[in-house]
Amino acid sequence: MSSLTSSLPRADGAGARAARWGLYLILLLFAVWYLLPLVVMVSTSFKSLDEIRTGSLLSLPRDISTDAWSYAWTNACIGADCRGMAPYFLNSVIIVVPAVIISTLFGALNGYALTKWRFRGANLVFAMILFGSFLPSQVILLPMAQTLGFLGLAGTAGGLILVHVVYGLAFTTLFFRNYYVSIPDDLVKAATIDGAGFFQIFTKIMLPLSLPIMVVTIIWQFTQIWNDFLFGASFAAGGAQPVTVALNNLVNTTTGVKQYNVDMAAAMIAGLPTLVVYALAGKYFIRGLTAGSVKG
Amino acid sequence: MTLQNPPFQPAEEKARPAPAGSGFRASAQRHLSKLVVAPSFAAILVFVYGFILWTLYVSFTNSRMLPVYDLVGADAYVRLWKLERWYVAIENLLIFGGLFIGISLAIGIVLAVLLDQRIRGEGALRTIYLYPMALSFIVTGTAWKWILNPSIGVQEFVRGLGFETFTFDWIVQQDTAVYTLVIAAVWQSSGFVMALFLAALRGVDQEIIKAAYLDGASLPRIYWGIVLPSIRPVFMSAFVILAHLAVKSYDLVVALTGGGPGYASDLPATFMYEMTFRRNQIAIGSASALMMLATVVAIIVPYLYSELKGGKRV
Repeated sequence: MSSLTSSLPRADGAGARAARWGLYLILLLFAVWYLLPLVVMVSTSFKSLDEIRTGSLLSLPRDISTDAWSYAWTNACIGADCRGMAPYFLNSVIIVVPAVIISTLFGALNGYALTKWRFRGANLVFAMILFGSFLPSQVILLPMAQTLGFLGLAGTAGGLILVHVVYGLAFTTLFFRNYYVSIPDDLVKAATIDGAGFFQIFTKIMLPLSLPIMVVTIIWQFTQIWNDFLFGASFAAGGAQPVTVALNNLVNTTTGVKQYNVDMAAAMIAGLPTLVVYALAGKYFIRGLTAGSVKG
Repeated sequence: MTLQNPPFQPAEEKARPAPAGSGFRASAQRHLSKLVVAPSFAAILVFVYGFILWTLYVSFTNSRMLPVYDLVGADAYVRLWKLERWYVAIENLLIFGGLFIGISLAIGIVLAVLLDQRIRGEGALRTIYLYPMALSFIVTGTAWKWILNPSIGVQEFVRGLGFETFTFDWIVQQDTAVYTLVIAAVWQSSGFVMALFLAALRGVDQEIIKAAYLDGASLPRIYWGIVLPSIRPVFMSAFVILAHLAVKSYDLVVALTGGGPGYASDLPATFMYEMTFRRNQIAIGSASALMMLATVVAIIVPYLYSELKGGKRV
């Protein structure tokens, strides 16, 4: 994709050059604005409390200290539990990994069935699944809490995995369906003539073609589930809480001296996994964001 | 959450399922297809539609601390609409939603157009503009809370530069706290709007631009007169996405203001949580959840319907 104006000749002269400088200046100012919170977080997390008290918001740390990081990781108190963020980080991993794998697999199967073996009413089924992606979670919180209690999953990681799988289906099905729509039906037809069955075609033909959308879906689901706060806050109790809920508890604790550097380090710990994934594979994340365009 | 192009691209009906073969085998395979979709569909039926009905039912009871199942009519709705706090939440949603959508669209379009001028380092800038979407607001809110805090954040910083009377204390003031939500929400979503518009700009037919240029049209005129009108559908998509994000905003409030001071910056999502899980007003909480659902449906359904009918692709 090239710039819209790339077919036009470049303007020359002093005026055009000044405009160019102005353009870069505006773009850079916006970059600064977007980066500001991240810079504040990182720089504060490496400062000592003394330096925070005497320094200013934007000053960089004079002596880089990782004390706040290690304290946040192993000693910080989440409520009355002073084991730091580490156990909650682990909770999030335990929830995210199975939830991502299961919801992605179901999404792939659904997308395949809904496009390549279309049954009567397949479009209606898809539309009804799709609606789930717009659902305000508030409308299902209470019944879900009751149901999890009934299933004996209240407050457990298993309960949260179930919740994330179910409400992730809308997105994963959408991604795979829109991707598979663009894969020629003839490919499947040819395979059936050769005698391949439903699952054989899925594993031998569709899955090998699905790598890009697989990456998009996994990154999307990983980011969504890791960042979830509402479900975690509503359905996880005490020690089973995911990292975002623990962070919120830590930051909003009002007892004792406020250790801003520890707060910021804990926030970085909670944010690092998705930030790293974004830095490494941002392209795929953006494709998930602009869901419909994945087919192009 | 986000759909640039019509999410629902109707698969052409005339092209029947690939293995159109008649006979036992093909029909068995198609049954298999139903069987594969069935668990997901059943889960959605129960956990989405069933739960909506469940919440609807509870909203017509007088459930307080625990859900009870005796219908008492629309009592909870009557009480909901008498609550001062609900009006605050609704009014905040209108202020927040209006400003959030308007400003995000404006910034998104401007950034997209500027980035489209053959910028060196475009990729890096794009990455920076979009990273807020990859982080939970519970994470970035920690930094925003500190930046907006008058005694340690921007206010203190500017005062330290010598402007002793500089004041920026919106977050602790009843009537301005909601605007800090706007600042942070725009920060988070405007880069995403930029990405939507940038993709659309790159899809505009270059020949038309060239022709207009050769006719002597200036660049601003070309954008205003030709380019922006031709990507009109993206405005619609972006609006729908932002509007439904605004209705669902929750993390933002929890991380920044906690709904405070008092309940001055409550939004419907935090109101619902408060009523249902903290104040033992389950029926009222359920009624408010249904109000949120109705709002989202009012935004989404006409949009999906027009996409379906028109079958137009952005």
